[in-house]
Amino acid sequence: MATQVAVADALSQADLGRPSVGFWGDVSSRIRGDVTTMIALSILGAMIALALGADLLSDHVFGVSYSKQDLLRTFERPSFANEPAFWLGADNLGRSEVVRLLYGARVSLFIGIFAALVQLTLGLAVGVSAGYFRGRWDDIAVWLISTLNGIPTLYLLIIVGLLFRLDPISLVILIGLLGWTGEANLARGQTFAWRERDFVVAARTLGASPFRIMIRHIVPNILPLMIVTGMLTIGGVILAESALSYLGFGIQPPVPSWGNMLTGATGFYYKGPHLIVVPGIAISLTVLCLYLIGDGMRDALDPRLRGSQAVKRISRRRPPAVGPR
Amino acid sequence: MGRYVARRLVQAIPTLFGIMLLTFLLTRLSPTDPVQLMLAGQSDLTLEDRQELLHELGLDKALPLQFVDFAWDVVRLDFGNSFYYHRPAIQLIAERIPNTAQLAIAGFVVAALIGIPLGIIAALFRGRLLDHGIRITSVLASAVPDFFLGLLFVLFLGVQLRWFPIGSMNVIGEGCGLCWDRAWHMVGPVLLYANGGLAVYPRYLRTEMLEILAQDYIRTARSKGLRERIVVGGHALRNALIPVVTLFGGILTIVLSGSVIIEQIFSWPGLGRLLFEAASAKDYPVVTAAVLVGGFLLVLSYILRDIAYAWVDPRIKVGK
Repeated sequence: MATQVAVADALSQADLGRPSVGFWGDVSSRIRGDVTTMIALSILGAMIALALGADLLSDHVFGVSYSKQDLLRTFERPSFANEPAFWLGADNLGRSEVVRLLYGARVSLFIGIFAALVQLTLGLAVGVSAGYFRGRWDDIAVWLISTLNGIPTLYLLIIVGLLFRLDPISLVILIGLLGWTGEANLARGQTFAWRERDFVVAARTLGASPFRIMIRHIVPNILPLMIVTGMLTIGGVILAESALSYLGFGIQPPVPSWGNMLTGATGFYYKGPHLIVVPGIAISLTVLCLYLIGDGMRDALDPRLRGSQAVKRISRRRPPAVGPR
Repeated sequence: MGRYVARRLVQAIPTLFGIMLLTFLLTRLSPTDPVQLMLAGQSDLTLEDRQELLHELGLDKALPLQFVDFAWDVVRLDFGNSFYYHRPAIQLIAERIPNTAQLAIAGFVVAALIGIPLGIIAALFRGRLLDHGIRITSVLASAVPDFFLGLLFVLFLGVQLRWFPIGSMNVIGEGCGLCWDRAWHMVGPVLLYANGGLAVYPRYLRTEMLEILAQDYIRTARSKGLRERIVVGGHALRNALIPVVTLFGGILTIVLSGSVIIEQIFSWPGLGRLLFEAASAKDYPVVTAAVLVGGFLLVLSYILRDIAYAWVDPRIKVGK
């Protein structure tokens, strides 16, 4: 008896002294302990800050706009001996490469983050509802997914880019509308597993509406996995947008994007190799950071997952199991 | 097996229908006027001529009827003549496919030869320096865009060091199918395709190997005294390679998207470059044909993959 009281005392004191950190608190403390992820996060944070501050920086530090041409200084090589605007050299029209890089970051990151958000939302909505209701709606969802997967995304984007003049906002919508299938598949598969759990059955027995079950019981459980996928999606979208703009069907000049800064790069082999290297490194570094953050978050969300089922589910992207069941 | 194949084929029909519908809607929704595109530059077009042309093209019918026409043409593989080459679009595509296949097949053989051993090594040295090195390489390979890597290859190895040609299939004037000259021209693009595989194979095989090495039958194999080489090479590897079949089936997605970029950089006359040039020149019949043919090939490759998977892993059929 006495021991029990003592244990209870000790427990309550322990509770008082240190409130439970909770799921997300635990995750964030794990991430803080992970050097690689923290480095990636700070680089990405710095890039977002620079992109947001592009106006201020170009006005006050570099003193030129992204479309200001100086035809006497075309293909100027990068050097810190130059004035700040030409630290990274000048492009084929004598525009400041560093300022264009900043504005390009704005476009690329904006499209990456928001298109990934659209994809995630759509994927969750379609995937969870299809997995939960099954039947007819699931058949339709699977049909939509297999149709969109049946055409390479780059081809679809090229057609759309050919038909419409794309700006960042329409690209966000388009990439979001065309690319949500991976997320939907993941959410659908997860929902199949969660909907049979005892607590979901219990909620249904108590009369919870399907909407409530999905929002309160299923979505919170698959959200961590979806957030990890979301990080990888941002990276994927940035790659897709830059490829599209590189080919000339995405963001149109004079608005700079990291992709369209490389358009016509084959003409720069001799005169300005830095025009290939600078934007290329910017894209690679950003995507690398996002992938590393995704990896780190995955480990932090559940260290037991390392090398086990759920990791495979993300990295593998199994084909959709098509057909009625 | 026969029933599974049949069911898989029937399931593909709605998908093919969806692909046609999507392509049709996208092209018809466009704000561009087809007549103006076809007769660009001829300004003496009267309103009657216009109507007549629209009628001839069937574009004055109701949208659903137009779709029926479109679907019928697609089924007969008749995509119309290229605006630019004035030849049937499907013919242009058929000519280019072997060139693309040549590169892609070589690329994925290289990728598999490098990627699969790397994945096994990473799994065997789990948590050690070698494992981390391979993982970082693999993440890096997926983070660097194809076009950047391709441009770097041309810039450093082609233009500055002059080790490799910077584009096209052969030295001009010397056509040959399989010779050293062709092989030399293939190095760059093949490495780019291989890079795409390098981003996937090692990771994939590593997880698969780790999972299998933790299985009971591996412990049994070890405890009955088999040599480690046989346990890993025989028992584990053979099972780890099963899902690689799925990867080979999904490769076509990478090939179709990748070919647009890779062939554009190396001026390789394949399907991707055709699509790029047609899109740049607003040659709609060729673009539509390329997208639809690409889509059909993709769906076919998914079916083949599923069948192959069911063939090597009988559990798939039982499960369904």
